[in-house]
Amino acid sequence: MDGKVPVVFDEKDGVPIFIDQRELVLSYRIPVSRIERFFEGLTKGQLLATKCVSCNEVYFPPQADCPKCSSSKLEWVKLSDEGKLLSYTIIYVKPVSFGNEDYAVGVVGLPDGVNVLARIWEAKKEALRIGSKMKLKIGPDRKGNLVYGFEPAGE
Amino acid sequence: MTKAGIVGAGITKFGRRTDANLNVLSWEAIREALRDAGIEQKDVDFYTVGNAGIWSEEQLPAVTVGEYSGLSGKGTMRVEAACATGSAAIRNAYLSVTGGASKIALAVGVEKMYGVDTPTVVELIGRAGNYFWEFENFGLTFPGYYALYANAYLSKYEAKEEDLALVSVKNHHYGSMNPYAQFQKEVSVEEVMASRYVAHPLKLLDSSPITDGAAAVVIAEENTARSLTDTPVWIKAQGVASGSANLSKRRNFLSLEASVLAAGQAYKQAGISDPVREIDVATVHDCFTIAEVIAYEDLGFTRRGGGIELIREGQTYNGGLIPVNLDGGLKAKGHPIAATGVGMAVEAVKQLRRQAPASRQASIKNGVALTHNVGGTGHYSYVTIYSV
Repeated sequence: MDGKVPVVFDEKDGVPIFIDQRELVLSYRIPVSRIERFFEGLTKGQLLATKCVSCNEVYFPPQADCPKCSSSKLEWVKLSDEGKLLSYTIIYVKPVSFGNEDYAVGVVGLPDGVNVLARIWEAKKEALRIGSKMKLKIGPDRKGNLVYGFEPAGE
Repeated sequence: MTKAGIVGAGITKFGRRTDANLNVLSWEAIREALRDAGIEQKDVDFYTVGNAGIWSEEQLPAVTVGEYSGLSGKGTMRVEAACATGSAAIRNAYLSVTGGASKIALAVGVEKMYGVDTPTVVELIGRAGNYFWEFENFGLTFPGYYALYANAYLSKYEAKEEDLALVSVKNHHYGSMNPYAQFQKEVSVEEVMASRYVAHPLKLLDSSPITDGAAAVVIAEENTARSLTDTPVWIKAQGVASGSANLSKRRNFLSLEASVLAAGQAYKQAGISDPVREIDVATVHDCFTIAEVIAYEDLGFTRRGGGIELIREGQTYNGGLIPVNLDGGLKAKGHPIAATGVGMAVEAVKQLRRQAPASRQASIKNGVALTHNVGGTGHYSYVTIYSV
């Protein structure tokens, strides 16, 4: 017969495996029309949240609706540039889409009453201490896209 | 509301099951559960299939599993609640029985994680939080989420990575006695400490593996259960809760609020006031070593900060204050996402029937077992109390 069957033998177990011949590439299209201002803020070096006009609840990540009072009247507020490191981790086993260099992620508590999960620009564990002061820094990631993060503020 | 009890339980060998596709693997567990219950497919009124999927090819797993297993025609649904999917599948079968819609319902959990390569699994489970605000920009991996908890816990209670390693040592010890476990070998603290970092401070041997596996239970209403077996294992109570998707909205990184809520509900329903005295054996969600330590506290086995002392003192070994994960836990038995919660139920049934291998059989005094199954990083939590 001409042609073949796409069956290979598993490299560890030696059992026959059919290799799927269809490939699926997924890249989602995520609507952001209600929070467009957030992205404008990033380009100006600002981290923005939303605040409910009627109950004063601050939302980060920003959202256009307040579920507490069912209101959609929220205003944009700029968050503080300084906060406290609540926890962090350094990612050694990375998703392929994030490249080869180790990086850190953490959660910083801000005086505005919200916590922000963000890039920690310092990825050496000796330089990071829970409870220490952190400073906002918005900058490009390895693909040149602006992301928000924090770095140790020093004393 | 009628009582519901497990009358049949089946589980497959967990591990890298390249010999079986999703349907074949499911049938392996379903066949054992049906035989154990002494029933046939025609006796099943409704079945649920827990499957997180994406890494395996079938998009309608409830139907393909049903077709392969001779259940076509029966009412069914796929159930998903991240790593708590198995308990969610049990939840739906249980409610179908207690609500009177079914006399006998079957819950199956199946996962085929080796359907894709490891980097793809890392990429997919990294999305198991709040996709846009955690993964898209920051690349927080699944071990990374729990690493945030680990660093906060170690810092707060001045504990060491070596203390966390003790959880891995215990669970591998019991895995070595479980022929269904993915890893059937002991590890030492030194080996855990020498394993490479995955997400600081968690290392490879702090982490549950990528696993294929399936498990199934047959749940019957009280009279049917009693007619089928002398030893039904009753689902005495089940607490169900959720937490925030975004970890930045958590109150702290020392506790999974969803587990505290779920445990509170379950204990109230079951009338349990002193868990360590009233529960004979527990199976908790140790996807990472830190998760087991925090579970001890969230489940009220000890005070806040006392979890690390329980493991240091060996109090969760068989014969201790409360034996935990005598099947090897997710760490050594393996963690086929959707099969995990159903596998926990199978273990509870075997322990309460005194059918576990003698070397890891708990002493059953009260006839009560607990399972604690977390989805995501406390995004979902299911706490179930089983009794004889």
